[in-house]
Amino acid sequence: MNKVQPNIQRALEGIQNGMTLMIGGFGLCGIPENAIKELVKMGVKDLTCISNNAGVDDYGLGLLLQAKQIKKMISSYVGENDEFERQMLSGELEVDLIPQGSLAERCRAGGAGIPAFFTPAGFGTEVAEGKEVRFFNNKPHILEHALTADFSIVKAWKGDTEGNLIYKATAMNFNPMMAMAGKITIAEVEELVPAGTLDPNFIHTPGIFVQRIFQGEVFEKRIEQRTVRTR
Amino acid sequence: MALDKIGIAKRIAQELRDGWYVNLGIGIPTLVANYVPDGLTVEFQSENGVLGMGPFPFEGEEDADLINAGKQTITVKPGAAFFDSATSFAMIRGKHVQLTVLGAMEVSQNGDIANWKIPGKMVKGMGGAMDLVASAENIIVAMMHSNKAGESKLLKECSLPLTGVGCVKKIVTELAVLEIKDGAFHLLERAPGITVEEIISKTEGALIVPEFVPEMVL
Repeated sequence: MNKVQPNIQRALEGIQNGMTLMIGGFGLCGIPENAIKELVKMGVKDLTCISNNAGVDDYGLGLLLQAKQIKKMISSYVGENDEFERQMLSGELEVDLIPQGSLAERCRAGGAGIPAFFTPAGFGTEVAEGKEVRFFNNKPHILEHALTADFSIVKAWKGDTEGNLIYKATAMNFNPMMAMAGKITIAEVEELVPAGTLDPNFIHTPGIFVQRIFQGEVFEKRIEQRTVRTR
Repeated sequence: MALDKIGIAKRIAQELRDGWYVNLGIGIPTLVANYVPDGLTVEFQSENGVLGMGPFPFEGEEDADLINAGKQTITVKPGAAFFDSATSFAMIRGKHVQLTVLGAMEVSQNGDIANWKIPGKMVKGMGGAMDLVASAENIIVAMMHSNKAGESKLLKECSLPLTGVGCVKKIVTELAVLEIKDGAFHLLERAPGITVEEIISKTEGALIVPEFVPEMVL
């Protein structure tokens, strides 16, 4: 079986209206930017997107929001996107806001065969509404269920033809858990190398979690908050 | 005189202890990293997946792949580590982080905190705040004493949707340092030149004032 995809169209083949997608990244850092642009071109609609953030108005998942391709967002923080806030407050967009640690663990659980778990995060808040509460060590915890996706689209720094992935710095973020939780996981990498090139000691995501891999054409890597100090 | 943001950050930095791992929220809390007292080694954790954050990069050396939870470009110190989001929140929920500093819109006298949503107006999301406040043993809130409308943010009960219940231990505002215990705010210190009367008038929740309230030393 060849995991390497000859082009981005083939890599994203099979993504259809109404599907649930996990999309890696934190803010604009470590997002599969080429795949997101291609999803806009494909015009798939009514998507449920699980991603920590929703991009900015003109980049990242913001592009799918502008094109009204997203029916529901499952995220932890969406503060940088005016169009998102507008669609949410007007009711056009269904939104499920989840504490960031619960979101990460729900993806991990989905990939790890754990159907649900108890966490203290969100107890006593709106997030706990309708959820089972149990006390462990005299502290209340709420039941959170695992998340999975029809397709997970992740971004890595280096990948090999076996689908093994290495992320760079904080561009790792949600990508490893989402890679585990997709029925089909597509990896967009900056550098695609032959198997045997990457040191097995330093693989972050083992290739078993990755079904398709392709090298992205252009990486703009936009910076959300360019913060510098003077020399 | 009331403290500015830097003053609040400096006062919170005095709470740091050697060897601590600390998570700083967005805004004033981020500034705390600039005022670590001499001789202390403190490692800063950012929930997007880094331990050992350093200062902002020099111009031209920004790396889009290296940011903090506020999405600002950063650098790392020697000995830093990167990890995924699940591992990051394992550090937080598992109580491996000794101190959390975050901002708030409201805090109540029993330690409830609200900082993620104004119904019908502003919905940014909770990010990692709910995980942080639900698990951290030691939470300091950095905020202004009143909101832009001049209303107290130290309340009997929060009016906004909660982020966590009964979790805030200490608050540093531009006017005062307060501790929360036994269902009340306890005034510990006042900002230089600020009167106890002003703090009382700007605190809506139950406030216990000792006979002598020292001025902060910055």
